[in-house]
Amino acid sequence: MSERILSVLVEDKPGVLARVASTISRRGFNINSLAVGPTNIEGRSKMTIVTELESVEQVKKQLNKLINVIKIVELDPDNTIESEVLLLKVSINKDTQTSVIEKASLSGAKSVDVGQDYAVFEMTGSSKDLDKLENLLKPFGIIEMIRGGRIAIQTKL
Amino acid sequence: MSEEKLSGAELVVRSLEYMNISTIFGLPGGAILPAYDPLYDSPIRHILARHEQGSGHMAEGYAQATGELGVVIATSGPGATNLITPLTNALMDSTPLLAITGQVASEAIGNDAFQEAYTVGLTMAATKHNYLITSAEEIPQVLLEAKHIATTGRPGPVLVDIPKDILNQKVEWIEPKLIEMPGYKPTLEPNPKMISQAAELIKQSKKPILYVGGGIIHSKANQELFELATKFKIPVVTTLMGRGAFPDGNELCFEMPGMHGNYTATTSIQKSDLLIAIGVRFDDRVTANPKFFAQNAKVIHADIDPAEIGKIREPEVPIVGDAKSVITGLIEKLADTDLNTSDWLDELNQMKKEYPLSYNQEEKGPLKVPFVLEELQKLADDDAIVVSGVGQHQMWISQHWNFTSPNTWLNSGGLGTMGYSLPAAIGAKAAYPDRQILALDGDGCFQMTCQELITASTENIPIKIVVFNNGNHGMVRQWQKIFYKNRFSASELTHHTPDYVALAESMGATGLRMIEKSDVKKVFEKMLEIDDKPVLVECIVDPEDMVFPMVPAGGSNDVVILNEDDLKKL
Repeated sequence: MSERILSVLVEDKPGVLARVASTISRRGFNINSLAVGPTNIEGRSKMTIVTELESVEQVKKQLNKLINVIKIVELDPDNTIESEVLLLKVSINKDTQTSVIEKASLSGAKSVDVGQDYAVFEMTGSSKDLDKLENLLKPFGIIEMIRGGRIAIQTKL
Repeated sequence: MSEEKLSGAELVVRSLEYMNISTIFGLPGGAILPAYDPLYDSPIRHILARHEQGSGHMAEGYAQATGELGVVIATSGPGATNLITPLTNALMDSTPLLAITGQVASEAIGNDAFQEAYTVGLTMAATKHNYLITSAEEIPQVLLEAKHIATTGRPGPVLVDIPKDILNQKVEWIEPKLIEMPGYKPTLEPNPKMISQAAELIKQSKKPILYVGGGIIHSKANQELFELATKFKIPVVTTLMGRGAFPDGNELCFEMPGMHGNYTATTSIQKSDLLIAIGVRFDDRVTANPKFFAQNAKVIHADIDPAEIGKIREPEVPIVGDAKSVITGLIEKLADTDLNTSDWLDELNQMKKEYPLSYNQEEKGPLKVPFVLEELQKLADDDAIVVSGVGQHQMWISQHWNFTSPNTWLNSGGLGTMGYSLPAAIGAKAAYPDRQILALDGDGCFQMTCQELITASTENIPIKIVVFNNGNHGMVRQWQKIFYKNRFSASELTHHTPDYVALAESMGATGLRMIEKSDVKKVFEKMLEIDDKPVLVECIVDPEDMVFPMVPAGGSNDVVILNEDDLKKL
């Protein structure tokens, strides 16, 4: 099943995220990712919802019923730029330190903190790139990893 | 010119008056108490329920009977949580409801204060929309918006939660104005292209069926539906929520399809080549297993709620719009089409003759609900409103009562809320004091909300209640008979406790009882005569009786169980 990306414009009001999440769980929809943040328009936030559901039409329709949901656009994967942020803490020691930092930086990650026995990397990119970094560093022992949720924007006007 | 300042509580009452609300239902308590003070001087009639669930169903009954907004008011915490059942009920049956709840003071919110509940969170999935007021200035505007949301598009319940300190805050009254809500624009006018496509399908169809429901009633589209059906001779089936949308007794009316629908209505859909579905949602009680539902039919599905279209069945022609506009559009488009449905109607009428609804009332045997209902209808007013509980009696009423106009049949269809009948009947009678309001209930249902009988007598709301007492949760017992080898686990209530006649008398109503066939007419005559207080008739009925026809849950509508012998088919 292929992924579908919904870009949901909502009113920036208390409880809107809860309403969206409640609708998603109430109807038994599975989602891969949900990210929310402000937009350039005052009083409006944008949610990016990634799902593999075939029944994405139902998700759209049910979310559209929410009074605080203004507009839902399903993004065309061919004309979409997607991005996600990741923070990853990995163990290092004298033997692995160079190799870890090299691998991470070749993957496009930035080291933001390095200690005696750990290093923290930050990376922004497509979720596939983030997956790659995770797999690359797994053998060294990932202590903690957080991903910020996928956001996406259409490239055409 | 600066006006005198009003408290938030005064704004609530003034807003209700401003919206022409004449009757509200409720029960006071700590957090909502400020709002009850100005209510004391208001011309608005407040009906004091004995339980918040009752007040909610009263407001629903009022709304279902009138087609207008029902208003309920409750306090925080348990007051609000007790409203969750009526709210969910109203959401399922698309009833326009405004619930106003008190909340603990703003600064106490989140601290587990006395009688605090997270009302907005708890009712998020039980309402069309809800609000937490954060300043008194908002009150008139939010209440107007709430009414707008509740009564337009697909109607539903809206809750407004108001913290106590805000009810006490003094501000100026600012006249509310409906401003555009960017996320709420119901589509009323259907796309003409879709209407054309639908009309084309209808023209090609040999076996069309109008499958119509509550949407017709909400849209007040019964006249238009009548014209569409009679002009083009299209047979009609009416769902449980749509009973009365098209008159029973009309030669084109085949009444209710589904789990306990009549054979012809259920089978007509199976044999049809075109379902013209308007204001229905392909509920599982109609479709049984949707895989086997109307397999030979193309589907036109019109609904005001786009989310209903394609939810269960992908239609050939989807139409989003208000039923009235959709039907008017279809009539125009079909113009002078001559639709030849006479063979199809003959087939259905033959079926109806072969498989009528039946019951067997023996002269000396126990009373059967269908018989009692038919006797009651002979005596009742034509415009009487029938209000039902949930279960066997509900199905028998839908099958055997002749509904000839909309808003004369109130029941809990989607949620199946036992206990709905009595309070909803009170709400209907509050709206129409001069009409006969018949609460036809089961004994199991009645026991869930019977305290509201006190509300009826003390508020001088003389409804008529018939409690069909079979001493059991009848539908549960029926399923236990059919699916659980007669193991009657926790379904027996006993015929004797409570003593319904004594209970009625103790609550300020008149209590009557019927046991035998010869009692029925004279007891009902007496019941209908009494008009100065509520009357309760206990009607002792046969606990062994089962509702047929029946299509078991998840089965196919091609296999209709017609009677007890037929159960072997399972």
